[in-house]
Formats: sequence, structure tokens, C-alpha cells
Amino acid sequence: MKPDVMIRIALLSLALAAVPAGAAIDIYQFDSNAQQDRFHRLTEELRCPKCQNQSIADSDAEISQDMRERVARMIREGHSDEEIVGFFVARYGDFVSYRPPLNAKTAILWVGPLSLLLLGGVGIVLLVRRASREAEEDDQ
Amino acid sequence: MAAELGHLSLWVALAAALVLAIFPLIGVYRRVEPWQRYARPLAWLQWLALTVAMVCLGYSFYINDFSVTYVANHSNSNLPLGYRLSAIWGGHEGSLLLWGWMLGGWTALVGLFSRKVPLPMVVRVLSVMGMIAVGFLAFMLFTSNPFDRSLPWFPIDGADLNPLLQDPGLIIHPPMLYMGYVGFSVAFAFAVAGLLAGNLDPAWARWARPWTTVAWSFLTVGIALGSWWAYYELGWGGWWFWDPVENASLLPWLAGTALIHSLAVSEKRNLFRAWTVLLAIVTFSMSLLGTFLVRSGVLTSVHAFANDPSRGAFILGFLVVVAGGALTLFALRAGRLKGQGGFKPVSREAFLLGNNLMLLTATFAVLMGTLYPLLGEVLDVKVSIRADYFNGFFVPLTLVLMAILVPGMISNWKRQDGRPLLRRMLMLAPAALIAGFFGARLPGDTPWVGTLAIMLALFLVFAHLDDTVRRSLAYNRGFWSGLGKLGRGYYGMVLAHCGVAVLVAGVTVVSFHEVERDVRMAPGDVAEVGGYRFEFDTLSEYAGPNFDSRKGHFLVSRDGRPVTEMNPEKRTFRASGQVMTEAAIDPGLMRDLYVALGEPLDGNAWAVRIYHKPMIRWIWLGALIMALGGALALTDARYRKKLGRGKADADGEVVYE
Amino acid sequence: MSKASPWVFLPLVAFVALAVLLASGLGRNPEELPSALAGKPVPEFSRPSLLNDRTLTEELLTGRWQLLNVWGTWCPTCYIEHPYLLELARAGIPIIGLDYKDEDAKARDYLAEYGNPFREVIVDADGQLGLDLGVYGAPETFLISPRGEIVLRHVGELNQRVWDEKFAPVLQQAGENPGVAP
Repeated sequence: MKPDVMIRIALLSLALAAVPAGAAIDIYQFDSNAQQDRFHRLTEELRCPKCQNQSIADSDAEISQDMRERVARMIREGHSDEEIVGFFVARYGDFVSYRPPLNAKTAILWVGPLSLLLLGGVGIVLLVRRASREAEEDDQ
Repeated sequence: MAAELGHLSLWVALAAALVLAIFPLIGVYRRVEPWQRYARPLAWLQWLALTVAMVCLGYSFYINDFSVTYVANHSNSNLPLGYRLSAIWGGHEGSLLLWGWMLGGWTALVGLFSRKVPLPMVVRVLSVMGMIAVGFLAFMLFTSNPFDRSLPWFPIDGADLNPLLQDPGLIIHPPMLYMGYVGFSVAFAFAVAGLLAGNLDPAWARWARPWTTVAWSFLTVGIALGSWWAYYELGWGGWWFWDPVENASLLPWLAGTALIHSLAVSEKRNLFRAWTVLLAIVTFSMSLLGTFLVRSGVLTSVHAFANDPSRGAFILGFLVVVAGGALTLFALRAGRLKGQGGFKPVSREAFLLGNNLMLLTATFAVLMGTLYPLLGEVLDVKVSIRADYFNGFFVPLTLVLMAILVPGMISNWKRQDGRPLLRRMLMLAPAALIAGFFGARLPGDTPWVGTLAIMLALFLVFAHLDDTVRRSLAYNRGFWSGLGKLGRGYYGMVLAHCGVAVLVAGVTVVSFHEVERDVRMAPGDVAEVGGYRFEFDTLSEYAGPNFDSRKGHFLVSRDGRPVTEMNPEKRTFRASGQVMTEAAIDPGLMRDLYVALGEPLDGNAWAVRIYHKPMIRWIWLGALIMALGGALALTDARYRKKLGRGKADADGEVVYE
Repeated sequence: MSKASPWVFLPLVAFVALAVLLASGLGRNPEELPSALAGKPVPEFSRPSLLNDRTLTEELLTGRWQLLNVWGTWCPTCYIEHPYLLELARAGIPIIGLDYKDEDAKARDYLAEYGNPFREVIVDADGQLGLDLGVYGAPETFLISPRGEIVLRHVGELNQRVWDEKFAPVLQQAGENPGVAP
């Protein structure tokens, strides 16, 4: 196939993007662009309680729609981000937020990798010390 | 007929793999060389049988043989030919066949390109790969046979390929990914072969490295393609979701990146050998783990294959045998792999240790976040984990990695004088700081994290350009002649590292400066997004081959000058009634524009979503550059010439025959 | 040197732990969310009744042990569980219905045709009361104490087995009518 034909095909396949119409675009009236940004951010942070691991922004289940409506309403009413997320967490549990809370049971999420970093760092220091001694012996 | 032939071929392949796994290996232990010589031909036989199987499956799709259950589930007589054929890997069973076929191919190629490697070693490597193939083939033949027929009844027409998969992305994304996953089995095989032998020829790393690099390059491309595909097909402008299936592909990539850097040390200096062997085992285990996660139903994801716990159990068992076996062997034999040689605290080796630490911490964090829901079931906790957690680790680790990349690249092996190193970095720093400051501020206010990332990216690029100039001048033959002497391995590294900088720049800019607006627009309305003016000109209707479409016509201009026209559509497919949104994307190197029609509103207005995404293409471009760097590096002359055995000199440096 | 440090066993040990974790995840059922409101009072509300002209408030859910059943005419599983609800009602269990995201006329017709197990039905056409309760689909059934506190919630079809496993024990402990005998 000639190069310019290939390029045209590639560009054409880039020009149109198929998305199932399920994921709808909601138009909510906000007072400002900043509010709309908050809406986008919050709906990406909240999880649809019954879907396959999707945020309420991505999912078009009815419950997602209802939740989006409530988020929009709460933004207009002037609630803070914490209040909005807290509202849903109070009713659906921590599961509904994509920000896991920090408590005794979830601590390992952070403690784990951090411990690896720390222990690995210590390990490297010890290793380097030994290797350094060996390098000096090599030189002698 | 074709299905039966394909099925038979799978049995032949299994037989070949079984013999390959056992017979030549006995020849090694009993020192019977003629038996060892069977390894390569057996590898070819296995691959041949698998090729026949692939062709048979493809043929079944081609002729629309819906009596084959897999074909009926994933195809349709109206499906265009390209998708009918790529539907081979559109579902679980067929994608396993693809895995197996690629594994067979890699096995045969390893046999082909290892003429100078001692035969017993080659046999061990091929046998291990044969053992892995046995697992996959058994899995297919006993639980997931793509050639099962549903006779005596069969559907008149197929269920069709999932519409979301009817896209060019399906044709290339899985094959690229699988080339990566499967390719890491070669490094694994070399590692286990070394453990089996009880000693590692100092040249071991040079044998293993090109295979690992090419697998890594393919995986890089595969992941980038997945991201790009999700962007325009699924994600409403998102390009990475930290979804479990995506993470499953990132795990072997992160471990694999650590591996290729560790191999660099082992190739040059006969050090870190046990560590590199361990990394090779871990990387391939991550590939298998990913396969498990995606097919077992253990994690919830929209991208997962249809889940089946019994299949999950088989894969888990397989993973336990492969990884558990290799790690046990490692525990028992690692002591024999000690290298020799030392290095000072400021040296390339030390910085590469830092590289490995950052990458492996990232791997662990991704693993932790992905698997935590399982742990949560045990702890009676239900939480959800996504971008917030993962970015919390990934971002700082990446920044630190980039920061140590530069001194690591500049430093000499074994020892590097601190003063010249510091001087070079301080010379480059101001340029990076200033350029980064302005570069980050150009699109608007950027948080300090983003500014830092841009500065580091620029620092990285400047440092590499500077290094290239210095090295070529060091030959004292003039700049251009010096450039020619630098070798593809070096240029590959420079390219790959610059690719990282490009990718990071793209991620930073688009993450902090993308704009998304949902607006109510009727024909005649205008919206301003990201400095561009979008005018909803008209709405037209037309009838497609199997759908009816309503098409919006948008005129896009900037500063009064027309830029482009964008035509998002809303398509209603007549047969199913399903409605698809065809968003319009105007791609560009410095920005993407994206317009999609939502629902029709009152009057003749529509809900319209408009995106301005600056520098988003740099993400995939950066990944592509990284992969090209890898590809370039493995064509280095030394892999073509000196591939025999090796010796370590008194200093610990490896000398090749 | 052929003696290695005991650290070489660490990867194997870590892997075994991982494998055990993965094995535990096999065959698990899709998650049913426990009610985040367990132990908390029913939220305030003021809604019309489906069956008459009254305005219903959270007071309706106090005074005795009751079930709050979330249903809709659009929900096929609700249709399947409906006969069991009628059995419970006949056995004397008070059930309040929450007509979730539904149409009044259709709901009334449905109850007329298939029987009405509910002492009262609260109308929640826009689903916002459901949101306040942490409802994410239908059918769901809450067990509410006389003080108006949510004790537990079951997602999915309510039948004899679920009743015996989840609801009856709580009611028995409270010394109440345990409903339909097994």
C-alpha cells in the first residue's frame, strides 16, 4: 500500500472515535468552569456501587446517574469536596470512594511499598559498602 | 475438517513440547550429545504444529464455520474479513492459542540464534521453554480448546465480535502485548538454565540481554497501543485508568525495565548475577500473574475476559509450578552464582542499584494496589483503589528515577570521580531549570510537581546530548567521525532515555492543562474551549450501511483563523437498535481536540462535550521512542560478533571470546 | 563461594504468600456491599404514599420491627421475590415498600394484580431517597428496629434461605416473631 494512502487511513481512523452511547454526557448548569471541573474530578473519584470497577463518570448505570445528579446539586449548593465524598461514603461505605482511607486495615497499602523502599535502601547501602571494600582490595 | 486438524496439531505441539522438555535435557545430564541435538528440531516441530493450528482457526473464521463454538461466539457473517481473522484473539481460547504460537516461535528463534552458545546451555534454555509450552498447551487442550464444536446443533450465524473490539486496535494491541509477555520467558529460561547448570558462564548476560530487550520493546509498544486505543475508543479522553487489567500489563514492564538495567551490569561486570537471575524469574512470573488476573475472575474490571474460576485455578496452579519451582531452585542454587568485583559508592553500578530499587518499589506498589481487594476480603474491608493511590507512589518514584538517571548515565563503571560528575551536572542544571520553568508556565499555571517534572525531563535530554557530544569528541577524530563510532547500543540508550523524557513531558502537560467542557449547544451556538472557538454549524442526517446517523458539523477556529472542521456523529444501528457515539478527534503534535455529541436536548439543542488536550500525543510518541531505542540497542555489533563464552578478568570485567 | 545468605528464601516465601492470597480470591461471588448505615437511624424524608393521600416520613419506620423492601415494576427479580413477601406479610411481618424509580400508575396496577404485601408504600420516583439509604439497585430489603435504626440490609432476592440465614436470627434474638417457619 502506498505510504500516503496508509497515512490517510491512519489519520481517518484517528478522526473518528467510537464510544458506546451508554456513557452519556450530562449537562448540568454550573455557575463557573471551576465548578464544572470539580464535577468532573469528583465523578471520577466516586465509584459506581454496582458496576465492574467504574467511576460514576464512566458508567451509565442508573445509580451512577442518580449519584451524578446529587453531586451536581451539592456542588451548586456550595458543599465542599470533602462533604460531597463524605456524603456518599456515609451511605455506601468506603468502597464508593476511589481514595482508600488510612486505617489499621488499609495501612499495609502504604506501609508495604514504603518498607520495601526503606529496606531496599538499607540493603543497597550495605551492598555498596562491601563492594567498595572489594574494589579497594582489587586496586591493591 | 479444519477444526479437527487444528485440534490434532495442538496435540502434536504438546507432544513435541513434552519431548523437548525431557529428552534433550536428559542428554545434557547423561552427556549424550546426539540427544541434545534434538532440541532445536523439536522446537521447530512444535512451532510448526502451532502454526498449523493458528491457520486452521483462521480458516474456520474465514469460512464462517459456526459449528466451532469459539467462532460462533466471536464472529458473524457480516463481520469484515480483517476483523474475522483478528477475532482469532478476540476471546479467551483463541488468545491462548496466540500465546502458545508466539511461545513456540520464540523457542524456535532462540534455537536459531544461539549457534555460539554452548549446546548444553541451549538445551537447558529450550527445555525450560518447552516446559512452559507444555503448561499452556495442556491448559488449552483440557480447559480452553478453541476448536470445540457445538455439534449436532450450531447457530446459523455468529454472535458477532464485541463492537468495541471491531477496531484496528484489536488487530495489533494484543499481539504486541503477547510478544512482550511471551518474550520475557526467554530471559526466564536463561535464568533457570543457569540455575540448573549450577554455574553461570560470564557471557550469560550477553546471551540473554538482546532477547530481553526485544521483549521489552514489544511490551512497551503493546502498552502504549492499549492506552491509545482506550483513549479514542473507550475512555472519553482518558489514557490510563489504573484498571486491574492495565496494571497487569504494567507489572512485567516495570520489572522488565529493572531487568534490562541489571543485565547491563551483569553483561559488563560479572556482578549482580544472582540478582539478575531473580529479576528474570520475577518478570516472567509477572507475565503469568497478569494472565491469571485477567482470566480468573478474581478482580473486577470492564476489560477482563469472561471469568471462570476453574480456569483460574489451572493458571494459578501453573503459576505456582513455574514461579514456585524457579524460586525454589533459586533459593537452593543462588549461592553458586556469586560474581566478583567491586565498585565504589559513586559509580554506574551504584546508580543502577538505585534504578532497580525505584522500579521495584513501583512494581510492588502497583501489585499491592491491584491485589488489595483480595486482601480486603480476608480482612473484611471493602475499599476501592485507583489513580489516587497509584499516582501517589508512581509520581515521586518516577521523578527520583529520572533524577538518578542522569548521574547514572554519566558515571563510569566501577568508580566515578565525584567532582567531574558534579561539575557536569551543575553545568547542565541551569539550562534545564530555566527552560523548564518557562516551559511549564507556557500553558498556564502548573503545580510545582509538574514544573519539576518538566525540568527533570529537560535535564535528562540536555545531559544525553551533552554526553553524546563529549563522547564523540573524545575520539579525537572530529565530531562526525566520532559520532559514527559510538555504537548502536549507546544510541539505543540515548533514544530510550529521551523517550522517557518525552513521555513524562506529555503526561505532565496533559494532566495539568487539559480542559473538558460539557455545553448545551444548538446549531448556531459557539463555545470557547482551550483557546479554540467551536461553532456548531449544522446538524445533518444520513443513512449508513447498517446504521442511521445524525452528524454534527462544527467549525473550529483560533484567533479568527479557521483551523479545522469536526463532525461527531450519533449512530443508531438498525439491527440491534444500539446507539454508538462517534466522537470527532482532531489530532495534533501539540494538542488534540475532541468533540462528542451527547443526548439531544429540548429544542434542537444537544449536549456536547469538548476537550482540549495539550501534548497528549507525546505520551505515545515517547513510548514509541523508548521502544525504538530498545530495538536499536539490540542490533549493536557486539551481539552479532562476540557471542561465544566469556571470562571474567581479575577486575571483574567480562571478556568475551 | 557456595554458601548463600538465608535471604535467598525470601522471594519464595513471598511468592507462596501471594499464591495463597490469589487462591483465596477464586470463586468468590461478586461483592455484595454491606450497608454502610448499619446501626444508624433511617434518614429523614417526606414522601407521598402510593396507596393513599398521606405524606409519609421516617416516623413510619419506628415503633416496631419492620422490613423496608426496595422494589420496582421494572425489576424482574422483584417479581420473583414477590410471592415470598406475601408469605411474610401473611405470617405477620410488617413490610413497608419503597417504590424505587418507578411510575405510580404502573406500581398500583402491579400490586392490584399480584397482591400487596406492603402495609404502606413510599414513592421514590427520582431515587434520591434510595441514595440516602445507600441503595444501588433492586430488590433490596432492610431490617429496621423499633427505634428506627437500620440493622441490616440484604441485596438481591429475599427468600426462605436468606430469611433463615440473615433475618430470623436477629429477630429471634430480639424476642420477636421470627416470621415464616422453615
